[in-house]
Amino acid sequence: MSILIRNGYVIDPSQQIKGHRDILIKDRRIEGIYPRGKGPKARMTIDASKCVVVPGFVDMHTHLREPGYEYKETIETGTKAALRGGFTSVCPMPNTDPVNDDISVTEYMIREASRLGYASVYPVGAITKGQRGEELTEMEMLKEAGCVAFSDDGRPVMNSLIMRRALEYSKIFDLPIISHCEDINLSQGGVMNEGYVSTILGLRGIPKVSEEIMVARDIALCKLTGGRLHIAHVSTEDSVRLIREAKRMGLNITAETCPHYFTLTDESLMNYDTNLKVNPPLRTSRDVEAIKEGLADGTIDVIATDHAPHHYDDKNREFDTAAFGISGLETAFALSLRLVDEGVLDMNGLVSKMSINPARILGIQKGTLKPGAQADIIIFDPEREFTVDVERFYSKGKNSPFNGWQLRGVIVKSIVSGEVYEWE
Amino acid sequence: MLRSKDLLGIRDLTPEEIKLIIDTASGFKDVLKRDIKKVPALRGKTVVNLFFEPSTRTRTSFELAAKRLSTDVINFSVPASSVVKGETLKDTALTIEALGADFVVVRHSSAGVPHFLSRILRASVINAGDGANEHPTQALLDLFTIRAHKKRIKGLIVVIIGDIAHSRVARSNIYALTKMGAKVRLVAPSTLIPLEVERLGVEVYNSVEDGIRGADVVMTLRLQLERQVKGFLPSPEEYFNLYGLTTERLRLAKKDAIVMHPGPMNRGVEIETEVADGPQSVILEQVTNGLAIRMAVLYLLSRRRRTR
Repeated sequence: MSILIRNGYVIDPSQQIKGHRDILIKDRRIEGIYPRGKGPKARMTIDASKCVVVPGFVDMHTHLREPGYEYKETIETGTKAALRGGFTSVCPMPNTDPVNDDISVTEYMIREASRLGYASVYPVGAITKGQRGEELTEMEMLKEAGCVAFSDDGRPVMNSLIMRRALEYSKIFDLPIISHCEDINLSQGGVMNEGYVSTILGLRGIPKVSEEIMVARDIALCKLTGGRLHIAHVSTEDSVRLIREAKRMGLNITAETCPHYFTLTDESLMNYDTNLKVNPPLRTSRDVEAIKEGLADGTIDVIATDHAPHHYDDKNREFDTAAFGISGLETAFALSLRLVDEGVLDMNGLVSKMSINPARILGIQKGTLKPGAQADIIIFDPEREFTVDVERFYSKGKNSPFNGWQLRGVIVKSIVSGEVYEWE
Repeated sequence: MLRSKDLLGIRDLTPEEIKLIIDTASGFKDVLKRDIKKVPALRGKTVVNLFFEPSTRTRTSFELAAKRLSTDVINFSVPASSVVKGETLKDTALTIEALGADFVVVRHSSAGVPHFLSRILRASVINAGDGANEHPTQALLDLFTIRAHKKRIKGLIVVIIGDIAHSRVARSNIYALTKMGAKVRLVAPSTLIPLEVERLGVEVYNSVEDGIRGADVVMTLRLQLERQVKGFLPSPEEYFNLYGLTTERLRLAKKDAIVMHPGPMNRGVEIETEVADGPQSVILEQVTNGLAIRMAVLYLLSRRRRTR
């Protein structure tokens, strides 16, 4: 089966392509890229006029909740939501039940995802057994089973010695350690950013330093070990500064942020909406500006979703006991596109941070339209507007603070491994 | 007329609304001095006291206030309720509304619970204390008491001593006093001062002597003894040495300064017995005024409901 995508404006940062091209897909792979109108005939033709054609996005920070929390999300609903949001590959974090610290869990996730055929799944294995922060997992076996990185996401590795060993040991396999930076003694009991707004609301604060201290610690350990460090969900001004300096020193460090950290501030919490409760918490406008600068100057390599779907009952309750997290897969791209409107990134930079950059960090052959690559392609209309409606999410997690927002940039087709999904 | 169906916090009130509540309370205070202390104003209405945190004073005050207005009152507190069986807050609240409550008076250890309830209930929600957020009727009764003694609020120097970070009483009083034009000083160890609190228009002192100087009103807060365990303080003794309200320290305030405490007091921790029982203390008067304020709040909210 061959497919020709014609008349689209193609952006592929991995090959410095920016312009109108035709793309031929054959046998689930990219066959070739041709000047507009020069693409050969194919069994099926997709007209991408007025649309932008880019490599399928890679979300390196996703929570699919399966196994263990299927009432919040399943691999099926999560990978379908991913495709809807333009992500043809997702990396589920290991905080499932059981924890993904064992190849049986890794294999289950991959097998289930490939059976379903929506977004591809590249699991992140746990750093420590049971995410308890005590003993390292069998990283070699996990890698063989398909893990592309290691993280104890949600349960930071507090013991610096264990973190040191993890950075040393994972080096053997050239896989990154993804660090959820949070000193849990400093953040204990906190439910939002500590600052003026938490003072007003009487909610316990999570200070910025609880993140920054761990960013600084992990940078020091990265320097010591020469390991590969990736900082997850950067949310503060000083974290950006620390990472920028570490990069200047030439350390092996990369970083991601999420759309909510460059879109919202803690001011939005004034009526105790639990859909805004997320960890790390929404910070201040200064932090938002710093994160945009970090994205613009390359300090922050990746935009990930930290998609954290929750059941209605987990959110519709007391703020203190409501679950942390935002269902992000289906809004991430349109929110990120605002960075292009604001002049923070150009389209090429944005696509890089959502495709080739995470793919390179994870060492997977994704995020590119190079001939021979799997045909994972997104076609979007950059001008079309839509209203976010959580009831129309494919994700089970309706916990989005962006419900009702008017956004621009609609994904019209997602192609994964040559399979075309047409939306609406 | 109040603008909202609920009383969630002082933060949402205008100075005019605060004045209206206090003026109305003044009238009810006269009722409370009569031989027959009951009026039929809210006959046939139902008030539910929904208390998720132990409280005797506030609950009793609301209960009596509601009874003085001839309502039917139901007390629903945690140990006696199905909350312990794992019922969610939402279900508890909806159940209570289904029983026909016109007012839900709620106290909860989690900030924002009254706001949550106000969104799902048709009944008027009255915040009787939510976490470290607000305790609006306490601040209103404090202002009522201050006004009764000082004949004004504007321009007064009011010093609040104690655990500001965890205090809903402090927050509500800061909003109420600054809205009415008083100068507010906060005195506490740095560990118990919340970040950027100065932006609320208050002055912050670590030294009680500096803070109390020239004050018209001295308010001390209850110190939760568990703060020691959490590392905020080395011991209650050291707290008393540094921040306890003593006769000697009180002399630094204005001669006619009044002493207030929201209760219950830890004598010998935040306040010396001689001060608590001394001539400048208006602590028991606060309790009486609380009754009048709560009657006023119930009455004004019900008037709003009727005309809506």
